Amino acid sequence: MVEFSLPKNSKPTKGKTFSAPAGAKNLRRFDIYRYDPDTGANPRIDSYDVDMDSCGPMVLDALLKIKDETDQTLALRRSCREGICGSCSMNIDGGNTLACLKPIEDCKGTVKVYPLPHMPVVKDLVPDLTHIYAQYASIEPWMKNDTPPPSSGERLQSPEERAKLDGLWECILCFCCTTSCPSYWWNGDRYLGPAILLQAARWINDSRDEATGERLDNLEDPFRLYRCHTIMNCTNTCPKGLNPAKAIADIKMKMVERAG
Amino acid sequence: MTQTAKPADRPLSPHLQVYRLPLAAWLSITHRITGVGLTGGMLLLTSWIVSAAYGGESYAAFSAFVGSPLGYLLLAGFSTALFYHLCNGIRHLFWDAGLNLEIVETRRANMVVIAGTVALTALSWLLALA
Repeated sequence: MVEFSLPKNSKPTKGKTFSAPAGAKNLRRFDIYRYDPDTGANPRIDSYDVDMDSCGPMVLDALLKIKDETDQTLALRRSCREGICGSCSMNIDGGNTLACLKPIEDCKGTVKVYPLPHMPVVKDLVPDLTHIYAQYASIEPWMKNDTPPPSSGERLQSPEERAKLDGLWECILCFCCTTSCPSYWWNGDRYLGPAILLQAARWINDSRDEATGERLDNLEDPFRLYRCHTIMNCTNTCPKGLNPAKAIADIKMKMVERAG
Repeated sequence: MTQTAKPADRPLSPHLQVYRLPLAAWLSITHRITGVGLTGGMLLLTSWIVSAAYGGESYAAFSAFVGSPLGYLLLAGFSTALFYHLCNGIRHLFWDAGLNLEIVETRRANMVVIAGTVALTALSWLLALA
């Protein structure tokens, strides 16, 4: 449902300010969304002054420096620090991206860091992804076959067939795209969103998969697929440079093609 | 002991409040707004025809309203909305055919749609007022 403003319990208040140690010259301010489930108080925006002379170049470096040196209570997800695990996805400087791939110097003024938009917040920068994972499971993201595999043991693909999966298999499920999509904000309970639909396209386009018709049947729905209105926020924000909007358009065209 | 928030009590993270929408997103919502506006514009158009059907007097009254500053403002809004919706509608046709979906292409098309709207609106007013 379309609701432009935040619920009462979700409106952030002004929080604390943490100054950098004396003597630091090259300062950068970070405004970070904080929510503590133990107090039940509204989320707040804490400000941290970080000494850039002793900080790595990426936003994740600054967040970890804050956590290590200034405020250990800051909670965030991170793992690989090189853009392949998809854990540190968050809203930085007004756009969704991976903190480990976002250079601090690309941000304008105060670096504003929020969790992925329009999601239930577990703590600080950690959103609850339960619903998105359930939607992922609903597209059955695995190979489905009725026929037995060939005697050689492997289902082979031609290079051309394999090329159809390029631009789809690289998705790391960070959900930057899904949580940038206004359609998903308003109808996320039923609309699958760009990340999951790109994954659906990944299996629909797999020459070895034999459940294409069944997969399309599952998506033939005013909400699951057709809430995409080509707003293009997904493609504009993908930190891996993929094109979910195009993958969704591809599914829509397959719907038309099979209808004849 | 402190009570940890239950899942149902979790706050919703900020969305429109913090997201810097790209131009394409603004054009998308404009498409919808102009669509609604055009429905209102159709009422204006229908009133014009109905006023003519009622006879010369009501037609003159309607013409006087349309000729007033408020009438011109409505017509200006209606014509701009019409040409925007037309140009962006053509872009939607390309999208539905799986074309023009690369990021550089959509950025170029943003400009084409805006330029097309301005050009067509200006042209129609030039012709109307000439």
